[in-house]
Amino acid sequence: MTDYAIEAAGLRRTYRSRTGWLRPKVKEVEAVKGVSFTVAKGELFGLLGPNGAGKTTTIKMLNTLLIPTGGHARIFGKDVVAETREVRQRIGYVFGGDRGLYDRLSGLDNLRYFAELYGIPPREQKQRIGELLELVNLTGRERERVEGYSRGMRQRLHIARGLLHRPSVLFLDEPSIGVDPVAARDLRRTVADLAATGTTVLLTTHYMAEADELCDRIAVIAQGELKALGTPEELKHHADGRTVLEVEAYGLEDETFKDIKNLHGVREATLETQGAVQLLTVQSVSDVDVQPSVLARLGGIRLGRVAARQPTLEDAYVAIVAGDRS
Amino acid sequence: MRVLRLIGIGTLMHFKTMSRGLFEIATGLIVPIIQATMAVYLLRAGDEPQNMVKAAVGAGLMGIWSSVIFGSGGAIQRQRWQGTLEMMVIAPRPLALSVLPVTIATGLQGLYTMAATLGWGWLLFGIVPDFSHPLLFLVAVPACVIGLGMFGLLLASTFVLMRNANAVCNTLEYPIWLLSGMLVPLTVLPDWTNPFAAILPTTWGARAVHEAASGGAVWPSVAACLAISAACFAAGALMMSYVERRARASATLALS
Ligand SMILES: Nc1ncnc2c1ncn2[C@@H]1O[C@H](COP(=O)(O)OP(=O)(O)O)[C@@H](O)[C@H]1O
Ligand SMILES: [Mg+2]
Repeated sequence: MTDYAIEAAGLRRTYRSRTGWLRPKVKEVEAVKGVSFTVAKGELFGLLGPNGAGKTTTIKMLNTLLIPTGGHARIFGKDVVAETREVRQRIGYVFGGDRGLYDRLSGLDNLRYFAELYGIPPREQKQRIGELLELVNLTGRERERVEGYSRGMRQRLHIARGLLHRPSVLFLDEPSIGVDPVAARDLRRTVADLAATGTTVLLTTHYMAEADELCDRIAVIAQGELKALGTPEELKHHADGRTVLEVEAYGLEDETFKDIKNLHGVREATLETQGAVQLLTVQSVSDVDVQPSVLARLGGIRLGRVAARQPTLEDAYVAIVAGDRS
Repeated sequence: MRVLRLIGIGTLMHFKTMSRGLFEIATGLIVPIIQATMAVYLLRAGDEPQNMVKAAVGAGLMGIWSSVIFGSGGAIQRQRWQGTLEMMVIAPRPLALSVLPVTIATGLQGLYTMAATLGWGWLLFGIVPDFSHPLLFLVAVPACVIGLGMFGLLLASTFVLMRNANAVCNTLEYPIWLLSGMLVPLTVLPDWTNPFAAILPTTWGARAVHEAASGGAVWPSVAACLAISAACFAAGALMMSYVERRARASATLALS
């Protein structure tokens, strides 16, 4: 028997879509291009990547919703294509956003329905549903219709639903998307508690901080390929030998930004707009001080705070994702 | 037992979601009135008063049909939009068992339409539903609902596979009404349609209901309806597992 909860070996997935009726054109998208990793029992594993990286596609191949076009995967040694039923008994699946629940039913009815689908013995149902409502903090609201729930409440109900049958592996696809910060924090605590009690969790997110806080190990995925894999500490080394310069600017032009990216010593640069302020982050090799040349380019532009600092995991993530793009 | 419980609770839940929208409530009220009116004016010319009950029952059966065709297709489509189709597929049960409650619930919705049509016929046009075999009517109607639910399951498999299968169901609706002779007696149709009609469970279900309403041996038709329904279920279950695999290969379970 295997010691791994999840094994993915060379997973690939191509989407074919047809457009046009009269002269149909077949369009192919290679969403995942050969991804391999293993997750140990009880591990909290993060799949981190920007939008469109192939995270959802990877999760759906692991949880039997999509058949891979190449490679194979196993959950507790059971093949996701050949032993679908065995895999489905062991996994739970929760995704972010508004979908996946019956809006016109109450939270309780949703849970009762899914408890039947999962074949939870009738005698245990009531107690199990009570426990889960308690766990996700919905006790007292369970008789209201889901259409009246907030995003955070829906997400919590979704999690309760995913846990009904006590799965050994829980797949969480961007669970905190669209959830307010306080709810997101509660959600992270729930996920951490689950992992602490022995459930293997595979979580996808595009928030670095979320992955850093929760995950034992992180796989960074971009353009359908695995770019890096390791503990948050290990991933930080991808920014070793770099220094980060942060500048707040008002009215920075694209042209100037491009110039800065091409300066000697600059490795990566990102520009983020936060209200009226633009936050320019420049990663450079440590032995070149790029601050004077960057500030020279920014001459004539109103600036706020300027600060140099050591790289964080976030910077490492930027370096990993952007690294191979050129 | 577990399976029956799943079907029972599943049907109840799907029936709840289906009957709670404003649109559904409005159509549920209006359609039976239109059907009762149409049936009465189309067939009032007939000199036998029996025709009235026949017409109302026929209209009611049409109601059941349209809710199974629109219903089973529309319900699968709605599950896809809601993201709950994936949740049904990922549960460790044969997909047919998760989908069957959807099609039975739509059949039940149609049952309501039939009752309402009879009610309006009584209220508005004074057609007293005096059935030849009132008790057998109560047997024939559930048999018909089961026939519709099982046949709906077979149809539903198409919808699981195809993301825009609504077109298919709209084209099917009229021919199947006619074939199963819900309003038009079978003898009016050209002979070549007979074999087709005979293999639809709904033909026999409709016949059983008509016989219970206006006289005839009800049991043989009920038996035929249930036997063909069982065959439909077996075929539907096979289709479902095949179609599920195809849908996982072609990525049509979700919208994006
Ligand atoms: N059903 C589909 N048909 C065609 N292309 C798809 C489909 N689903 C996803 N894609 C494409 O595959 C790529 C990866 O998507 P996805 O796995 O959803 O990424 P992520 O979850 O990381 O945002 C994207 O380019 C996306 O547009
Ligand atoms: Mg995604």
